[in-house]
Amino acid sequence: MTTLYTADHEWLAVDGDVVTVGITNYAQEQLGDIVFVELPKVGRQLNKSEAAAVVESVKAASDVYAPITGEVVEVNDAVSGEPALINTDADGKAWLFKLRIANKSELDGLMDAAAYKAHTA
Amino acid sequence: MSAHDTALAPLKQTPLHALHLARGGKMVPFAGYDMPVQYTLGVLKEHLHTRASAGLFDVSHMGQIALRPKSGKVEDAALALERLVPQDIVAVAQGRQRYAQFTNADGGILDDLMVANFGDHLFVVVNAACKAEDEALLRAALFDTCIIEPLTERALIALQGPKAVAALTRLCPEAAAMRFMDAGPRRVMGLDCFVSRSGYTGEDGFEISVPAADAEALATALLADDNVTLIGLGARDSLRLEAGLCLYGHDIDTTTTPVEGDLVWSIQKSRRTGGARAGGFPGATKILTQIDTGVARKRVGLRPEGRAPVREGAPLFADASSGEQIGSVTSGGFGPSVGAPIAMGYLPSSEAAIGGTVFAEVRGQRLPLRVADLPFFPHSYKR
Repeated sequence: MTTLYTADHEWLAVDGDVVTVGITNYAQEQLGDIVFVELPKVGRQLNKSEAAAVVESVKAASDVYAPITGEVVEVNDAVSGEPALINTDADGKAWLFKLRIANKSELDGLMDAAAYKAHTA
Repeated sequence: MSAHDTALAPLKQTPLHALHLARGGKMVPFAGYDMPVQYTLGVLKEHLHTRASAGLFDVSHMGQIALRPKSGKVEDAALALERLVPQDIVAVAQGRQRYAQFTNADGGILDDLMVANFGDHLFVVVNAACKAEDEALLRAALFDTCIIEPLTERALIALQGPKAVAALTRLCPEAAAMRFMDAGPRRVMGLDCFVSRSGYTGEDGFEISVPAADAEALATALLADDNVTLIGLGARDSLRLEAGLCLYGHDIDTTTTPVEGDLVWSIQKSRRTGGARAGGFPGATKILTQIDTGVARKRVGLRPEGRAPVREGAPLFADASSGEQIGSVTSGGFGPSVGAPIAMGYLPSSEAAIGGTVFAEVRGQRLPLRVADLPFFPHSYKR
């Protein structure tokens, strides 16, 4: 399984024709304590760069954008029930949603771990 | 995710700037100053720490101004200031402080402020973003009676929370005997300070004006108490929102009168219709008529029924589908001590009854909110 990153601080774990999407640990550190998460509905068709989810800290609301085009096949109800999970395990248990990949070529423009590390340095 | 950096003119620094950087402050532009929005604890824990223990806030960006009566009689300064505010300033006894608003000819609020009687002069504290305009206003209106002296060489430190009194008493034994809204010169750690038992969090606490050169030494001494932690502007905002207190430029401004802003409690009977010194401030006709006959809209507390915070600017509607906007949210977020989203906004008086339901539009959805009593979290002032 490959993990890719966007410039908007999302991670994508690619597994066959499905990607799991979350926000990076760097992003959660910038946001601070997360108090609310709104996830897309299963079955929704998302276009690349469309606002897909919202994470809110005490201070502010931030959009999470669809990193690629695809259909929402699963969402993480655990994280909407316990938003603070993002602060403790952004890269793992606090994944947000899974997309069925519509166009694999959209993955080509994304960063690998080394490139993302340089991006946030 | 998206960043929100804004290019700005060079930012001013408070006398505690180096301390903020040394202690992990995450700095942001605020009212022309480079200010800490949070430290390493983060907004949520800083907020809860203040309610449970004691928080130290740098509020040195706010304006501190002395109004010195040319006659030497503080009543003359008080009477002069009453030409600009709807409050009874003459009745503020020596050693006491009062909340006030500068109003304009339309009854709108130019700024809100604290006014203290220091015996031979008045000491006022105004908002950072308004201080130049406030100073000009005071000079224009009071030049004949007062010397207007901006105290630019002083810092202002707020120490808030249930353990604030113990922390300050170590450095200023007299602090323990002060009551809510007592204010005056005190020696703190041997320094010439002005101390008031007040603040803007809903907690017991103090604001300490200290010579700029000594500010870092005083802050460091207060922080040596294990109960005292630095708190940033993020938690300052969530604390004041839970306390139901207005943020100037958001919940009140030139388009809202003190009556619409639900601040009638701050206007004493002596300045109202039939009072000994009724009127005589900008916008008096409008403001006194509103007190006597009611207002078309007013500021209310709002409790979103779901978990989603409803933020500043969200439009408000009477029901889940109707088209016409009836008001808007002026402050909103998550209340860490309340454990739920909270907001304030303006509604038509007909819709403002406690317990009523209105709807906010957030990301294209109508979310229900209950009109709620303020404050959201009970005050614990030492009266």
